[in-house]
Amino acid sequence: MPGITIDKNHCKGCELCVRACPQHIISMSKEITVRGYFYARVHDPSRCIGCRICALVCPDVAIEVHAHGLIFELFEY
Amino acid sequence: MAVDSKTVFDRPVTLRDVVTHYCPGCTHGVIHRLVAETLDELGLRERTCGVAPVGCSVLCYNYFDTDFMEAPHGRAPALATGFKRMRPDMIVFTYQGDGDLASIGMGEIVHAANRGEKFTTIFINNAVYGMTGGQMAPTTLPGQITTTCPAGRDVNHTGEPIRIAELLAALATPGYIERVAVHTPAHILKAKKAIRKAFTLQRDNKCYTLVEVLSTCPTNWGNTPGEAIEWLDENMIKYFPLGCYKDYVEPEGK
Amino acid sequence: MAKVLMKGNEAIAEAALRAGAEGYFCYPITPQTEVAEYLSKRMPEVGGMFLQGESELAVANMLFGAASTGKRVFTTSSSPGISLMQEAISYMAGAELPVVIINIMRGGPGLGGILPAQSDYFQAVKGGGHGDYRTLVLAPSTVQEAVDLTMLCFYLAQKYRNPVMMIGDGMIGQMMEAVEFPESYEEPPLPPPDEWAATGAKGRKARIIKSLFLDPVSLENNVLILEKKYQQMIREEVRCESYKISAKNKVLIVAYGTTARICQTVIDELEADGVSVGLFRPISLYPFPEKEILKEATRKNIKSVLTIEMSMAQMMEDVERAIQGRRPVHFYGRTGGIVPTPEEVKEQVLKVLSVKRRSTKKKS
Repeated sequence: MPGITIDKNHCKGCELCVRACPQHIISMSKEITVRGYFYARVHDPSRCIGCRICALVCPDVAIEVHAHGLIFELFEY
Repeated sequence: MAVDSKTVFDRPVTLRDVVTHYCPGCTHGVIHRLVAETLDELGLRERTCGVAPVGCSVLCYNYFDTDFMEAPHGRAPALATGFKRMRPDMIVFTYQGDGDLASIGMGEIVHAANRGEKFTTIFINNAVYGMTGGQMAPTTLPGQITTTCPAGRDVNHTGEPIRIAELLAALATPGYIERVAVHTPAHILKAKKAIRKAFTLQRDNKCYTLVEVLSTCPTNWGNTPGEAIEWLDENMIKYFPLGCYKDYVEPEGK
Repeated sequence: MAKVLMKGNEAIAEAALRAGAEGYFCYPITPQTEVAEYLSKRMPEVGGMFLQGESELAVANMLFGAASTGKRVFTTSSSPGISLMQEAISYMAGAELPVVIINIMRGGPGLGGILPAQSDYFQAVKGGGHGDYRTLVLAPSTVQEAVDLTMLCFYLAQKYRNPVMMIGDGMIGQMMEAVEFPESYEEPPLPPPDEWAATGAKGRKARIIKSLFLDPVSLENNVLILEKKYQQMIREEVRCESYKISAKNKVLIVAYGTTARICQTVIDELEADGVSVGLFRPISLYPFPEKEILKEATRKNIKSVLTIEMSMAQMMEDVERAIQGRRPVHFYGRTGGIVPTPEEVKEQVLKVLSVKRRSTKKKS
């Protein structure tokens, strides 16, 4: 099943991915990173559909998206 | 059964794996990625030279893994002209903000476009001078509050915001000029298409190309990244309509 | 190669081509526009790039971009245009870019006039832009020397990877004189520009040609790198010439450019009247020939020094600094486009000499 990894060191806690995720499965952690930002993380990975929208909007390219087998390409990118 | 996982979205090679100095939520980062992805996809990284402006993106040479020159404020189009004229085989792009391009550099950008210089300009319009702390820029909206028009921009005092895409589109010299935005996923996809088209036209040695990208500046607009997205959508697009203002037409009989 | 009668501006243009110039970016301005007109025909003939920009400011920045490719590029302009280029010159010095900028000077300040003058001395020698930097500055006094120095400028620009200026008053550009171009053009070997130029990050790390160093330690370090080059210039690039300097001279004239030629006429005429005067002519204005002037000026027989300029006592400050007060330094200059006549200069020499005699009388 598809999933994402969010690089804590790159995340600046801007929350744009939280807003953009159609599945609403990203939220901000309560801990802060060494840079002092609350970082984003997936609180319900099982519902990730690998749509890449979070990675699309991330200004810091902190999100890598991976998928297993066939996934539905919502858009050509 | 273990199916090997495939990465479907990753950092482009041309974008160095470093944390940028841009503020949280600043869409410069998105635009950097779109340009870097384009250079990867068209295989141009190794023969590209970028020109950095003066402004928030002055340090973009730390993020793009290509040769770079750093221009005096507003002069990037002139540097790009000189470089491209001596090395027409290389890919040249200027990455400029609204203060750099539309204010001090207006002379340079108009004449570069009018000469039809075959480089690409990525023009970031976020309606303020970002690096120096949010002053009024040529593209600051009427009534918009900045640190140098604290009562809101008074167009009787400063004139109207300048629409660069329309202005340059009026030049007779062929070119490709489009205004896009990067504040929503759908807009980001269109912006990517435009940026890719611009670099493709340059790769094929066709014409001058400029993509004006409406971008957010949460810190200096005084709102959260999310609010900035909405502010851009509700205010900037009205004044700076998106679309292609000049398309490249292959001259027939070539 | 046979001598050919040529206008200074065109001779300079042709000399640049002989020195391997591959790109010329320009903007029209009297009194040097013929360089652009000439190269608009010739540059394409030799496969080079000719481009007229929208302003001298844009042109100088085009040079930054063009020089970053490692190719030999230059521009020519005149005083007000050179003022517009100062920002870019400072950036090119900071980014260590080889470029040649030729100033055929006219009267200033402001729009000034279009007749010859030397009033851009400070701007060229002391640095017209911001920051700790210098440009190497050479000054020809004949059209032939303008040809030779133009070619030398291209070599020195590459050698030091620094902007190099040649400044000549309007006459150098407008005069027609017989010139000879060398059969072939050789230069001492230099490291190929591809070792530093922006040729594309293929098989190597990306290169950044810039002058921004936000960290003060690295900015100072960059300035010290420039300083080392300037010390090398001081050691290796001082050029000057003397005329009829001898133990008989009472007065030493210091003058450069075409002013020095006027002084030669005066020296010959005074010699016929039994008055011995020598001329010291700096060719490199930066690095200024300080040691050489000190040596010539402090000869026992020299009572005083007279600087003649087509400007208001600009080079005189460097002459005074070089002589360190060990001889009185007098000045005579015309500006605004007025060229001093030999009679005027002769009168000044005699005045300087008479001042000497009157003071000795008081002592006895």
